Amino acid sequence: MEEWAHGLLGSFGGVLAQAGGAAEAASGSVTLTDYLWISAVVFGLGVMVVITRRNAVAVLMGIELMLNAAGLNFVAFAKYSAPDSIDGQVITLFTIVIAAAEAALALAIVLNLYNNLNTVQVDEARSLKG
Amino acid sequence: MTFHESLFWILTIITVGSAAMVLLAPGIVHMAFWLLASLAGFAGLYMHLGADFLGFVQILVYIGGILILFLFGVMLTNRSDVPVRGEASWRFLFPGTIAGVASSAFVCYVVYKTPWKEGPLAEFDPTASDIGQRFMSTYVLPFEAVSILLLVAMIGATYIARSRDEREEDEGDGGGEG
Repeated sequence: MEEWAHGLLGSFGGVLAQAGGAAEAASGSVTLTDYLWISAVVFGLGVMVVITRRNAVAVLMGIELMLNAAGLNFVAFAKYSAPDSIDGQVITLFTIVIAAAEAALALAIVLNLYNNLNTVQVDEARSLKG
Repeated sequence: MTFHESLFWILTIITVGSAAMVLLAPGIVHMAFWLLASLAGFAGLYMHLGADFLGFVQILVYIGGILILFLFGVMLTNRSDVPVRGEASWRFLFPGTIAGVASSAFVCYVVYKTPWKEGPLAEFDPTASDIGQRFMSTYVLPFEAVSILLLVAMIGATYIARSRDEREEDEGDGGGEG
C-alpha cells in the first residue's frame, strides 16, 4: 500500500520536485526569498481584488488569493528553514480545509443575500445602515 | 539557467500573471477562470517545493471544489439586467491600489530586511505517508477539529442557503409536522 502511494504521488509530483533536486545540491539557485516575494505580490493583488470588486463572489476570490499566498509561505518555510520537518505543509493543508468551509458558508450567505435583496453587490446590501 | 530555475520562473509567471488578471478581468466568469490558472500555478509551486501531496490536494480541493462552487454561485446569482462588465468599482480603485501596494510593499520590506535561516535542503521524499502519520499522531486533535468544522459548515451552509419559499414554509407551520 505504501509502495503504491509512493509510486502514484512520486511519479507525478516527484517529476517537478526531483527535477530540482540536482540543481539544489549544486547552488540552491531559487532561494526562500523568491517564494516570499511571490507570496507578497499575490497577497497584495488579493487585497486589491477584495477592495475594488463589488460582486460578493469576486470578493471571495480575492480572499482565496490571499489564503493561497499565505499557504505558499508555510510550504516555503517548511522546505528552506526546517528541511527535516513537514509541519508547514500540514498547516497549509489545514488552511485549505478551512478555506473550503469558508467558501461553502460564504456562498450560502451570498445566495441568501440574493434571495432577500435580489443583489450580490456588496455596496447595495446596506439595509442595516438605516 | 537550470531546468529547476526556469520551471520556477514559468510557474511564477503563471501564478502572478493570472492573479493580476483576476484583478483586471472584465467579468466575473473571466475572473473565475483566471483564478483557476493562478491556483494551478500555486499547485505547481507546491510541487516545485517538494510538497507533492499538497499540490494534489490543492488541485482537488481548490480547482475541483471551491472554484466549481464559485461558478455555481455566479450562475445562481446572475441577473440579466446587471451588466457583467464594469464590475470593478472605480470609486475604490485608488484606496484599493494604495492598500494592496502598501501591504505588498510592507511584506516585501520585511522579507528583505529579515536574515532568514536557510538550512541545508533535504532530498525529495514523497510526503503522503509522513503527512498521514502526523495527522494521526501529532496533529490528531486539530485534525478532528477541522473534520467537525467541515461538518458544521456543511450543515450550516445548507441551512442558510434555503430558498425563500422553504423558509416561509418552515416559519409558517412552526415545525408542526415534526
